[in-house]
Amino acid sequence: MHIHAYEKLWLAASLLLILFLLGSVTYGAVGPGVAMVTDSEPAIDAGALDEDERFSEPRVEQVGENEYEAYVLAFQFGFQPDPIVVPENSTVTFYVTSRDVIHGFEVVGTNANTMVVPGEVSEITVETDGPAEYGIVCNEYCGAGHHAMEGKLEVVPQSEFDERTNGGDGE
Amino acid sequence: MSEAIEGERTFADKFPEEARIVRAALLGSFLALTLGAIFGIIQTLHRTGVFRGLIDSTDYYTSLTAHGVFLALSFTTFFLVGLFTWAVVRSLDRPLINTKITWTWYGLMAAGMTMTGISILAGFVDSIEMSADVLFTFYAPLQAHPMFYAGLAVFIVGSWIAGADYFRTWLAWKREHPDERIPLQTFMVLTTMAMWYIASSAVAASVLIFLLPWSLGLIDQVNPTLTRTLFWFFGHPVVYFWLMPAYLLWYTVLPKIAGGRLFSDPLARVVFVLFLLLSTPVGIHHQYLDPGIAEGFKFISMTNTMFLLLPSLLTAFTVVASVEYGARQRGGSGLLGWLTDLPWRKPEFTGMMLAGLMFAAGGFSGMVNAGMNINYMIHNTIWVPGHFHLTVGTAVALTFMAATYWLWPQITNKPIYSRSVGLFQVVLWFIGMALMSNAMHAQGILGVPRRTAEPEYSGFDYPTMFGGFEELNIQIAIGGTLLFVSTVLFIGNLVLTMGNPKVSGLAETLPPALSGPDDAPRVLDNLRLWVGIAVTLVVLAYMLPLAAIINRGGLLGPGVGTYPVWLSPMLDALANAATALLGAIGDESAALVEVIR
Repeated sequence: MHIHAYEKLWLAASLLLILFLLGSVTYGAVGPGVAMVTDSEPAIDAGALDEDERFSEPRVEQVGENEYEAYVLAFQFGFQPDPIVVPENSTVTFYVTSRDVIHGFEVVGTNANTMVVPGEVSEITVETDGPAEYGIVCNEYCGAGHHAMEGKLEVVPQSEFDERTNGGDGE
Repeated sequence: MSEAIEGERTFADKFPEEARIVRAALLGSFLALTLGAIFGIIQTLHRTGVFRGLIDSTDYYTSLTAHGVFLALSFTTFFLVGLFTWAVVRSLDRPLINTKITWTWYGLMAAGMTMTGISILAGFVDSIEMSADVLFTFYAPLQAHPMFYAGLAVFIVGSWIAGADYFRTWLAWKREHPDERIPLQTFMVLTTMAMWYIASSAVAASVLIFLLPWSLGLIDQVNPTLTRTLFWFFGHPVVYFWLMPAYLLWYTVLPKIAGGRLFSDPLARVVFVLFLLLSTPVGIHHQYLDPGIAEGFKFISMTNTMFLLLPSLLTAFTVVASVEYGARQRGGSGLLGWLTDLPWRKPEFTGMMLAGLMFAAGGFSGMVNAGMNINYMIHNTIWVPGHFHLTVGTAVALTFMAATYWLWPQITNKPIYSRSVGLFQVVLWFIGMALMSNAMHAQGILGVPRRTAEPEYSGFDYPTMFGGFEELNIQIAIGGTLLFVSTVLFIGNLVLTMGNPKVSGLAETLPPALSGPDDAPRVLDNLRLWVGIAVTLVVLAYMLPLAAIINRGGLLGPGVGTYPVWLSPMLDALANAATALLGAIGDESAALVEVIR
């Protein structure tokens, strides 16, 4: 089969581009450590979330020094807790599930973004910066009220976080 | 057309019955295009907040389902079965074996799409307890009316019989021409249909085994991740099912219009074989953000996806080289000077070239989608519809429209009503799409979600980067309006063309490639081998993920409810109100009867 010299050159350049793209993602995973949503969490019964330790009471919990876990419930048409309040400069892992249909969980303007599938728990870990407010939107069509499904993520100073989360406990 | 040889017969002259089928398929396609465009303009204006008076935001999703199904499934598939019928009959130079079968598949496809279409459009009428507001992707546990799924199944079965029709016609030809190479256009049709059989098997299984019985109440629940994965098993290769007919036109028709011929027949075959092999084992790249699917499976899917860039990159080279050859045949010279020696006044040429140019842009945004990590920035944002309005919405749709200006006269013997309006129409599409798609990509980076009636939220404002949210909305609205006008011009021009008298001398021939099929290794024509490898790759890519998904959630779901969007509480309330009203009327009439007595 005759292949023109320019075409061979083009073919080589194309293969190089493909390898570069694959390499860049691989580097992102092993270098800066960009983690993916994966099957890390076991499946869950979407019909029995009120009996689940984490999702019967959606909340933010401290699990280590400067480490927090947020258990978030998505439903037609909102998120719980709302707002989600986390402290600044901390590591927050979100565990998100749905009690009805497929939703999305997107912290607007960031790469914190995951599908939320009933029967599954999505896990994403983020590093927070300074105090800020972010919108959270459902970015997967979930029914007639989809466009009203929003939430809020508030990154607040540590003192304010302690006040707002522990205030009720009298600490 | 000047280069037509006087007295040569057109396709319509040689194969009148087949020409009738091609016309019927194309007309079905243009009906879908018209409907899709109407919903398109409604959505553009609604979503951007320019005009929300026509539909409620809750009905936006009915419109969006109609827009997706009519354009992505109906417009594309009807056009391509028409085009493929033409391509097979023309390149084999023999009629179909039995046009009764041909009309059967056409009838099935039309009936199936009508059923699905009715179930969607009924969503606008509150008094009909039927709707299918599940969008083109119909993710469970959102549930459509059973007729939506049944119609899809019938439509797909129709397309399978169409494929069998092409294969049987080719086998008949092969008996008559035992030692000849498969003509290039037929080769392209057969590889595309082989890919389609593999790809659509999954969605057919999903519909027939899970979704249809579930919507009929025969089973209680389904596994959302499983049906979603089976959808994307089909959902990515289906984009190549749309694209490969456009490639067929770019490879075999565009070079001729440019005044030249195809650069290399063997490489065209290689490209189509690559599509057959690689189109399907990539669907999980639509599920990078899905929980319940291991990262490793996602990585394998990404690797396959990146290699799927190869046939498109090769196509870019071959198409440009073929067009350049045409320009130089016409006296073009210089490094880029030949560009001025191309037939830019022909709508079929300019339309296809602009479509190819936009496909390049769509290819680059596709590389972003395919990258597992940067995908997080844009997943399910309006960036994604921005991307596929460049690919299926322009590379495919604009190529089909442009090709119609060339093909329609040959299947009708009627010249196009106005070729200058045609030229204006294709350029207008390009401008409209450039505005709309670019602004959609930009909004996506701001985090604006796709598939929403009201992308503005009460609790926060979007960050401002490439112009603010509002400004980009205006660009989307203007672009969408231009696209609608362009579609109206296309359809109007075609309707006026139908009123033209039949003339002779419209025949066009397609010259053979510079490097002909004899330069291609014989093994390229061994379809059994390629289908075998394609199936193996699909099994390798999907067996473990599907097993893992079923293992996690069960074949029929991990305790997930049913959310029919076709029997909403509002409808129940309406029904109750109606019953009460009827009861009251009954009492009234009873009282009236009493009085009369």
